[in-house]
Amino acid sequence: MDRIKVIEVKEDVLANNDRAAQALRERLHDQGTLLVNLMSSPGSGKTTLLSATLDALRDELSIGVMEADVDSDVDAYTVQGHGAKAVQLHTGGMCHLDAAMTEQGLRELGTDELDLVFLENVGNLICPAEFDTGAAKKVMILSTPEGHDKPLKYPLMFEVSDLVIVSKMDVAPYFDFDLEQFEKNVRMRNPHATILPVSAKTGEGMDAWYEWLRESVASWKH
Amino acid sequence: MHELGIVFHMIDTLEEVGRDNGLTSIAKVTLNLGEVSGVLPDYLLDCWRWAADRSDLLRGAELDIEKIDAVTVCNACGRTYATLAHGKTCPHCGSNDTVLLRGNEAEIDTIEGW
Repeated sequence: MDRIKVIEVKEDVLANNDRAAQALRERLHDQGTLLVNLMSSPGSGKTTLLSATLDALRDELSIGVMEADVDSDVDAYTVQGHGAKAVQLHTGGMCHLDAAMTEQGLRELGTDELDLVFLENVGNLICPAEFDTGAAKKVMILSTPEGHDKPLKYPLMFEVSDLVIVSKMDVAPYFDFDLEQFEKNVRMRNPHATILPVSAKTGEGMDAWYEWLRESVASWKH
Repeated sequence: MHELGIVFHMIDTLEEVGRDNGLTSIAKVTLNLGEVSGVLPDYLLDCWRWAADRSDLLRGAELDIEKIDAVTVCNACGRTYATLAHGKTCPHCGSNDTVLLRGNEAEIDTIEGW
């Protein structure tokens, strides 16, 4: 047997994913496509929010959607019905998407003509926060029935997000959802996040979300 | 179960380091793992055994996990405390202006092989 060598590596376990994500982000920046990583629990209303967003913005922006789930393609069909170019990604049991899976999805989608691509991550408040997908912006959606204490329980998700959308505001009173306390809980973890309360059903707050998207797309193109 | 995803990324990195250093076999990998890294050592070891044995370079390789205690420092009173017991709020003065000093690491430290 040869001599045993000891090699100092000193590298984060996800360093290679972080490098791949950074390269992808730079490529998308060069071509002017804004990739938004949408993260939330299952049932938070991501697909409903996306459908309303596509209806509102499809005349002014060219939008693609990647739907990631462990299985099935129901979400891709739903958003296709709202005029978006959509692909369904199956993670095959994995709880999150990483940069390589995202890149594969983008290839399938074809991003050359697109201003904006939504990556609808696997419904989960833990693992998707750990993996950089190469997205320019991270948006997390918390629905009011989940409760205002979630930033305390899943701190990393709230720390990494640029924007926190509070969905289903129309039913907030039925769930004793305290928006002020929620904002305090988010601020403790992430003083810089923008917080937008919305209801895709009544339209409350949706204009602010569309404006945030327009501004993010415009500044990404410069 | 993000441990399996983490193991796949680790293996990619290790295969690259192995190639760069002309190794044909890696016998041991030492990992520094913080208490609040969000990675569970038991799950990670299970995933490691399953995935490492499917790599020519890493078959049979031992994963040695060095656990790192999490420590937070308080910006208001300057003292430190155990993160796991007290979270974001300083037990000495009650401030929330606190910063994690260590305990978030998930880092490949060294490898041994030939």
